Amino acid sequence: MAKITYIEHSGTEHVIEVAPGLSVMEGAVKNMVPGIDADCGGACACATCHVYVDGAWRDKTGEKNDMEETMLEFAEEVKDESRLSCQIEVTDALDGLVVRMPESQH
Amino acid sequence: MSLAEDINPEDLPEAYSMPIEEMDPSDGRLFMHQKHWAYFERMRKEDPVHLSENEEFGRFWNITKFKDIMAVDTNHQVFSSEPSIVIADPPEDFTLPMFIAMDQPKHDVQRKIVAPTAAPANLIVLEPLIRERVCNILDSLPIGEEFNWVEKVSIELTTQMLATLFDFPFEDRHLLPYWSDVATTTDEEGSNNYMEEEARKAVLWECYEYFVKLWNERQGQGDNPKMDFISLLANNPETKNMNDDPLEYLGNLLLLIVGGNDTTRNSISGGVLALNQNPKEYDKLRADPSVIPNMVSEIIRWQTPLAHMRRIAKEDIELGGKQIKKGDKVVMWYISGNRDETEIDRANEFLIDREKARHHIAFGFGIHRCMGNRVAEMQLKILWEEIVKRFDFVEVVGEPERLQSNFVMGFLQLPVVLHPKK
Ligand code: HEM
Ligand code: FES
Repeated sequence: MAKITYIEHSGTEHVIEVAPGLSVMEGAVKNMVPGIDADCGGACACATCHVYVDGAWRDKTGEKNDMEETMLEFAEEVKDESRLSCQIEVTDALDGLVVRMPESQH
Repeated sequence: MSLAEDINPEDLPEAYSMPIEEMDPSDGRLFMHQKHWAYFERMRKEDPVHLSENEEFGRFWNITKFKDIMAVDTNHQVFSSEPSIVIADPPEDFTLPMFIAMDQPKHDVQRKIVAPTAAPANLIVLEPLIRERVCNILDSLPIGEEFNWVEKVSIELTTQMLATLFDFPFEDRHLLPYWSDVATTTDEEGSNNYMEEEARKAVLWECYEYFVKLWNERQGQGDNPKMDFISLLANNPETKNMNDDPLEYLGNLLLLIVGGNDTTRNSISGGVLALNQNPKEYDKLRADPSVIPNMVSEIIRWQTPLAHMRRIAKEDIELGGKQIKKGDKVVMWYISGNRDETEIDRANEFLIDREKARHHIAFGFGIHRCMGNRVAEMQLKILWEEIVKRFDFVEVVGEPERLQSNFVMGFLQLPVVLHPKK
């Protein structure tokens, strides 16, 4: 299990134990963490699972593929740390990961 | 025009009356008379990636299952949106360039420029004005007597919302749905409101001239333009010369008008009808209005205001065991994907409190996913919040009259009587 901290835009924190193999998006949705809509269900096709991941974790989360880059182009408030959380697979190495939510999903 | 002929709905071929190879769901009359459901049900079961061919539209693939539609919609490298996104091909001499019908990279550039108008941050700013306009409309409706909901509520409200997004002169707002209707009035979509091409062009040039005036007024706002569509286009370095190509300016304006017009309008009507046909669901709404945001997604799934988008394969590719050839037309039937039982639980029931209601395909997916989805959702949410405050029952008192089209799932008439809250 990996402990992941989801921080809503308002600052409310949710600490969740997520099973390896799930995505960071699924960890939130299955545990009713608000702020991630995930309309497409994890197909990298809607960009409503946008989160910010601290740069220090980049080695462990892996890099964005082309489709994720493209979909992020159409999201709002995109920064360097932006990721689509359905594209990050949870592994034991992500124990302690912190993700922050944007103000809204578009 | 064979399609424009009136026909007794009984004479339309039934879905299960023919060999599967002969099935062709593209006749607009099927949709008008609600015969299309059985066509898609049969194709999903027996031949989910199905080839049709007819005189009007040539050869085209029908994609009917949720997952296959998703596969096409997200593969923009292979499936091109150019030159058009409806089954029929556009008239050769008058193709309006608009980013819904463009591929990368141009699509991306243009979409990003206008997207902020329809983004949540701007909608928070617009919400009070949109709510005020909703309240004014609802408070002016006749009580206890029959009227056409489509005309007095759905069209009026959508028009006012569009006027808000364009910061369009309020007193002239009725031009917006007029232009939208003219823009979509061709015989391309198996529709029943045909207009001569010359007359149509003339009206669209009037539209253009009007918007050129607004464009000129709104230039020169620098790096921080106002948030309406026109100011954003007129002040962005990438598009500030768009006006040099009148067709391109007109095309993109029409995309923003048409995109928001029929879709939202028909979701407003479709929701009233669905709640009347499912009285238990209406009871749930009365008992707990906090279900409204969820219900809004369910209404949009149920209505699926745009039945399809089409693509053209740029290379040979296999889909669902079929060989699609380079140059083939591929039609993604959202209206069918949204009733796919293998993807959506109890897909053929209207359930306003369903789980994962947002997981529908009415807005498409991938790079062309609807840019106005949050606008539409907000408009419907505010409307239903204000309806339940005022009325116990918006009662449908007669048969709805529907549009003949294989593209826009629309209503012309929905007779209702309002029953105020006791
Ligand atoms: C319930 C209401 C609506 C529905 C069902 C709807 C549906 C759709 C669909 C199916 C697409 C194409 C998706 C694809 O190809 O994958 C689309 C694209 C688009 N829609 Fe909507 N729409 C709605 C409301 C709106 C509104 C209110 C606006 C604008 C104010 C709007 C503007 C657009 C634009 C600009 C595009 C083109 C996006 C692109 O090509 O990148 N739509 N819409
Ligand atoms: S859930 Fe749709 S892109 Fe991640």
